[in-house]
Amino acid sequence: MQKEYKTIKSISGPLVMIEGVEGIKFEELVDVTTASGEVRQGKVLEAREGMAVVQMFESTQGVGAAGSKARFLGKSLELGVSKDMLGRIFDGRGRPIDGGAEIIPEKKLDIAGNPLNPNARDYPNAFYQTGISTIDCMNTLVRGQKLPIFSGAGLPHARLAAQIARQAKVIKVDDEGNIQKSDGEDENFAVVFAAMGVTFEEAEYFTNEFKKTGAIERSVLFINTADDPVVERIATPRMALTAAEYLAFEKGMQVLVILTDLTNYCEALREVSAARKEVPGRRGYPGYLYTDLATLYERAGRVKGKEGSITQIPILTMPEDDITHPIPDLTGYITEGQIVLARDLHSQGIYPNINVLPSLSRLKDKGIGPGKTREDHSGVMNQLFAAYARGKEVRELAVILGEAALSDADLSFLKFANEFENKYVRQDESEDRDIIKSLTMGWELLKLLPENELKRVKPEHIAKYMNK
Amino acid sequence: MENHGTIIKVSGPLVVAKGMDGARMYEVVRVSEKKLIGEIIGIDGDKASIQVYEETAGIGPGEPVFPTGETMTVELGPGLLQSIYDGIQRPLPLLQEKAGEYITRGLDVPGLDREKKWDFQAKKASGDKVVGGDVLGVVQETSLIEHRVMCPPAISGTVKEIKSGSHNIEEIVAVIEDADGKEHKISMLQKWPIRNPRPVKTKTVPYRPLVSGTRILDTLFPLAKGGAGCIPGPFGAGKTVTQQTLAKYCDAEIIVYIGCGERGNEMTDVLMEFPELEDPNTGEKLMKRTVMVANTSNMPVAAREASIYTGVTIAEYFRDMGYSVALMADSTSRWAEALREMSGRLEEMPGEEGYPAYLGSRTAQFYERSGIVKCLGNEDREGSLTLIGAVSPPGGDLSEPVTQNTLRVTKVFWGLDAKLAYRRHFPAINWLSSYSLYQDNVKDYWDKEISPEFAKIRTQAMGLLQEEAKLEEIVRLVGMDALSPKERLILETAKSLREDFLFQNAFDEMDAYTPLKKQYWMLKSIMNVYNHSQKIVEQEDFNFDDLLNLPVMDRITKCKAIEADKEDEYKKLWEDTEREILGLQK
Repeated sequence: MQKEYKTIKSISGPLVMIEGVEGIKFEELVDVTTASGEVRQGKVLEAREGMAVVQMFESTQGVGAAGSKARFLGKSLELGVSKDMLGRIFDGRGRPIDGGAEIIPEKKLDIAGNPLNPNARDYPNAFYQTGISTIDCMNTLVRGQKLPIFSGAGLPHARLAAQIARQAKVIKVDDEGNIQKSDGEDENFAVVFAAMGVTFEEAEYFTNEFKKTGAIERSVLFINTADDPVVERIATPRMALTAAEYLAFEKGMQVLVILTDLTNYCEALREVSAARKEVPGRRGYPGYLYTDLATLYERAGRVKGKEGSITQIPILTMPEDDITHPIPDLTGYITEGQIVLARDLHSQGIYPNINVLPSLSRLKDKGIGPGKTREDHSGVMNQLFAAYARGKEVRELAVILGEAALSDADLSFLKFANEFENKYVRQDESEDRDIIKSLTMGWELLKLLPENELKRVKPEHIAKYMNK
Repeated sequence: MENHGTIIKVSGPLVVAKGMDGARMYEVVRVSEKKLIGEIIGIDGDKASIQVYEETAGIGPGEPVFPTGETMTVELGPGLLQSIYDGIQRPLPLLQEKAGEYITRGLDVPGLDREKKWDFQAKKASGDKVVGGDVLGVVQETSLIEHRVMCPPAISGTVKEIKSGSHNIEEIVAVIEDADGKEHKISMLQKWPIRNPRPVKTKTVPYRPLVSGTRILDTLFPLAKGGAGCIPGPFGAGKTVTQQTLAKYCDAEIIVYIGCGERGNEMTDVLMEFPELEDPNTGEKLMKRTVMVANTSNMPVAAREASIYTGVTIAEYFRDMGYSVALMADSTSRWAEALREMSGRLEEMPGEEGYPAYLGSRTAQFYERSGIVKCLGNEDREGSLTLIGAVSPPGGDLSEPVTQNTLRVTKVFWGLDAKLAYRRHFPAINWLSSYSLYQDNVKDYWDKEISPEFAKIRTQAMGLLQEEAKLEEIVRLVGMDALSPKERLILETAKSLREDFLFQNAFDEMDAYTPLKKQYWMLKSIMNVYNHSQKIVEQEDFNFDDLLNLPVMDRITKCKAIEADKEDEYKKLWEDTEREILGLQK
């Protein structure tokens, strides 16, 4: 028999203080019933002798010190998981909102999860093809990686994420340069999508996108929109990752997790932290923001002796496009690289507006090369990077000095940079370029440059791939 | 257990318990029936604040807290090398065996294998007088390292009994009778509290360089054995690569690598790569001289705080055997954040940016555990412990408290620069902002072992790089033509220094490691051009391209390809350089 307490002492923002309680546990779930009989859920944030600080997942509106009742449930927040979750849409706390039946769970899992033993991890090294040249060729994603998209307000990160979710697959290139799809890849591939504090329209865009392409059949969606309770946002990504871990490590699936938008998640953390009157760190975010983010991001990876994997693409919008803001900054310290979106490319109408220079995939070297993609991949990638960087420098110079003052070599780099943006970066939303095509296009572009400037590619590769 | 306290508050990793009479600071306790490991970090009357090294969800007021009477210790003895521990010295492979791929709670596994038999060879005989630190016997722990079993620091007396032969670490291998006639039974397993530095006889000023094979580090900003250095840098600038390069190639005999609050996949890379890699100094597998402590960012935050101390205590233990030990901590910022988190939960008055006011003193205490020492004991062994801490300043802003507090106590600063990384210049260590205060310390060693000229041309090269920065500003304003030939020469030499000497590819087999002698030869090859052509370029109507097009210039660019044992080829290169340049004399 669980006791009900009518001893709510104070309420501040999402926090409720309950007195006179006994036998409560840290992180335990609490049902608070308002005077009008509505039940709202929260969890214990601090357990003291005779007192509990409860963080509500829902609004505290209508909860009063008098007339409200609190019941401690003796368990922490759990998610019932089952393979039937595929194809379904849930709210931020794991309750179906697509009108379908309740899930009959195979088991219930604590959403906090446990840290993976570093010794049990397997190194991510399988090439993941997204069909987007600037990612596949230049900032290669590998299976088990966490690669965030650093975006800004008003940039098309949602479209990019949807495109990646649609196109991502594991492939291998054989010695003749033919692409081999891994066996059984399709049925073993799943997308887990979590929206935190996004607008209704953005949430709708994703659901429709998944439905339209049929991808919904292999997807699990968790939607917490901007008008849903703020604190629920803190649970949403953990719900998604718990589902992902179940699918990946118990059902052997290759899971791609898309989390959007981490900025809203961090705002929610800050809100709770401020309500608790904690000592703030940078810009008012709590001092444990790094640790908290790590408990999300580190749930990506592979496990030795298991088939499945979790690849994470968290999306965050940088306030004022400022990459040193605490959210992108701490994210960058945890994730294995980043894809940065550029505002100037977007205003030129180039989609996907990936700015390759500050973008980075730390695991790229493990996923490319002979047997995985192609022997010339690393060389082409470095050459494109170097040439584009130089081309951009020349472009700046041309603004000051005028194009007439440029040398022939400089002019060729300028032309290269323009073509690179227009042909290589730009790509249609429905265009699924395989890696061989991306590499071939890269070589085409390199033809614009004098051959003696191609120092990063091996001469035998120039002969084999460029001049054939 | 009869005697226990009762929890009155749980807030994240902080638990407060009452009824804890007799509790001592930093005593280890077991929290709740789940037996979670915790440590007392504050006492107020009979109330104790406990930081818990494991997840506290599901723990609540009213549950018991069991004191153990011990402080947080590490187990020291044969079996440390090649181990991979979490922050509180639990072997990760054992945790995996016990609990599967996820780390669950309340696991209690010993730091060292109790079963394994080691071949103990006594170095002392019955009747010998020994003092703390004396080597009682040795065990060949790995093919590289002889483990010296020492008399514990606090014990001295006469050896009553000593047993060579095959023993596990708990069996008594020696009995020592002290002056009061009390017998001390010594096994190979010894324990030491992690927050107390191990005692030494004397500490001396570092004088030998720690050679890492990375040119910019060894030549421009040398770190001494027994010194302390820090590597601050924004993400993506190559902190971890630099730390790992040091761990792979530096000429310390023992490496302790602490992954403190870093990425899981990265740690896995280290765990999978190190057993494969070979040490360029000995040709043996690197793992045989390495101890790893891995507490990734998602593992409990309190254990992250402890991981630094666990690592440094193990390092000190090997130092006491007379080895040169290097410890890499990646990254100390995460350790400081753990301090901040605990401090916040203790509701202490915050200092700068929410960090506790004692951040500075804790940082200093940690780095002060480095040093070159005369070890305890009669044998006059010399051991050294070098500490290298990575710092991850938020937004790359070096004015933040962790960096500033670290800079106050470390004498070497290797500043990583995002701009260099962006230009793909690696290692992305900024030669203008970095510094080393050990130059004078290692100069004697350089003079004797390398060449008396080395320190001189190094200073000259540094001067040119500084000069280059100034000149580049002029060039940006008024163009290259405004420079005098001498200034042009400075620019060209500095460019050559940057591209041919400082640039180094950590992933290229040949380039990753350059012995100190070869670094000198390479530097001399480049500086020769500058020194010989000073007069030449000042001639009237001198065409600078004549100098740049000399055949020898191309050879200098490629001189890193000349192998380290071919001094003659470098000598030939120097002769040719002089001849060809003097040939331009009109």
